[in-house]
Amino acid sequence: MNIDKDLVAAMATPLVLAILAEGSNYGYAILKRVRELSGGELQWTDGMLYPLLHRLERLEFIRSEWGTSDTGRPRRYYEITTAGRAQLAEQRRQWAAATRTLGGLWNLTAQGAGA
Amino acid sequence: MNDLDTRIGEWRTAVLRSRSVDAADADELEEHLREQIADLQTAGLSSSEAFLIAVGRLGEVDAVSAEFAREHSDRLWKQLAIARPAEGGRRSFVTMLGFAALAVVAIQVARLLATTSDGSASQVFGDPTGGWFLRNLGLFVLPVLAGYLAVLRRMPWPRIAGIAGLVAVVTIVINLFPYVPGSSSETLVGLHLPALLWFVVGAVYVAGELRSSARRMDFIRFTGEWAIYYTLIVLGGGVLTVLTVQVLAPIAPEAIGEVLTWVIPSGGAAGVVVAAWLVEAKKSVVENLAPVLTAIFTPLFAVMLLVSAAGYLIAGIGRRFDRELVSVFDVMMLVVVALVVYGISARGTGRGTRTMDVIRLAAVIAAIVLDLLVLVSMFLRIGDLGVTPNRVAALGLNLVLLVNLAGCAWLGVRQLATGGSGVRLERWQTSYLPVFAGWLLLVVVAIPPLFSFA
Repeated sequence: MNIDKDLVAAMATPLVLAILAEGSNYGYAILKRVRELSGGELQWTDGMLYPLLHRLERLEFIRSEWGTSDTGRPRRYYEITTAGRAQLAEQRRQWAAATRTLGGLWNLTAQGAGA
Repeated sequence: MNDLDTRIGEWRTAVLRSRSVDAADADELEEHLREQIADLQTAGLSSSEAFLIAVGRLGEVDAVSAEFAREHSDRLWKQLAIARPAEGGRRSFVTMLGFAALAVVAIQVARLLATTSDGSASQVFGDPTGGWFLRNLGLFVLPVLAGYLAVLRRMPWPRIAGIAGLVAVVTIVINLFPYVPGSSSETLVGLHLPALLWFVVGAVYVAGELRSSARRMDFIRFTGEWAIYYTLIVLGGGVLTVLTVQVLAPIAPEAIGEVLTWVIPSGGAAGVVVAAWLVEAKKSVVENLAPVLTAIFTPLFAVMLLVSAAGYLIAGIGRRFDRELVSVFDVMMLVVVALVVYGISARGTGRGTRTMDVIRLAAVIAAIVLDLLVLVSMFLRIGDLGVTPNRVAALGLNLVLLVNLAGCAWLGVRQLATGGSGVRLERWQTSYLPVFAGWLLLVVVAIPPLFSFA
């Protein structure tokens, strides 16, 4: 099962913020973490992550810093800011409300169908 | 460099082709790509398989750069803004302001010399709308521009002195001529001197590399872009002037005239230097504007010229044909030459250049046919009406342009036949520049005495 494109787009911001809340990280590792968490059900065009990261940086939810990788190549590390954590908390409340609403409905339907 | 590095390099070039992706973004994407490839190779894939899969996961280059463009739309515009002054950038700005101010001072001093305190015409220099001022108009501004470029190019003093000496000789000659008041030879000098001085500017612009075809082409490009910037500045100045008049009208209607005599010449003179500075500061954008306009207008002019040529061929030159029309045809051929010049300056590697070459050739040939028809009639007429300075000037320019276009047509046909590049055409145009300069010099220094300054 693949998650719908629009849903992926909606999830992208909280997902990236939540991963960065675990600690600062860089693009490729963030995507690996996404793949790992979703068990491959969340398909993402890798290149699209970077414009998203840049947008979040412009909104000051995250900040970036250039470091070097193990092979000595330049690598850009991203770190969540206080504003980013606040945004993440807000998004979390919204997602909780959304899943609660759908969950309530679907649980009810499931019970109704089972009865 | 191994094969993988080469392929990554090619991919990086493709990514960077979009102006929305800058070098840092490309670094970031490349690092991602390399890491993905390394992981896939660890999993047992060959380097080319790993490359293909990694590139596929990263996404279509166009789609990714479109996404970057949405986030960084400012980058698409960045090149239109003036670059942040790096070290020395501020100094170049101050230099430009200094020379613009110099141009303003020169034109205002000249204007004041031509006007006496009570507003009537000065005994020595005549009034600002009269002969002396208009005849020398180019001399108040263009040498300042040449000086500005000389400073930019760090031209050695002996060379500056040489060029300045030439300008001084021309200045003295044209001012010693005893013109008949209101004579057409004086008007001709006033019209041709700025163009001649523009070639002096060109000599400075190419930093003395007068023989270099590439430098000459640079100067041609500079001329086109300068004209565009100057036109824009004049448009802006026009808006400013109209607003000034409207705003001042209720409180000080009597002051408007006085203000404008200060503002308009100053703005016009300063604009000459500012436009040159803009062209130099924004060379990269600049190479695009004149060719774009050329690409739009070449087909339109081609249609106009073909229709007119056909019309003249069928109907013949009507009875109402006025000899003033010869200057109109001069302008028309000048435009066609400009279309050719800026067309070849942009003749890149893109598709459709052949179609454009054909259209351009059609325009050139139509212009030649049209002009020959006019020339024949002109010769008959001069036989009728005698030779005047205006007619000699118009006819001479016509011949100069006709030879230029004939060369263009010949080279254009050859180029289409052999499928060659536009290099020969470009060389033809750059080597023709001295002919233009020579003709202008001839008009300025030889026509007035030949016609007893009438």
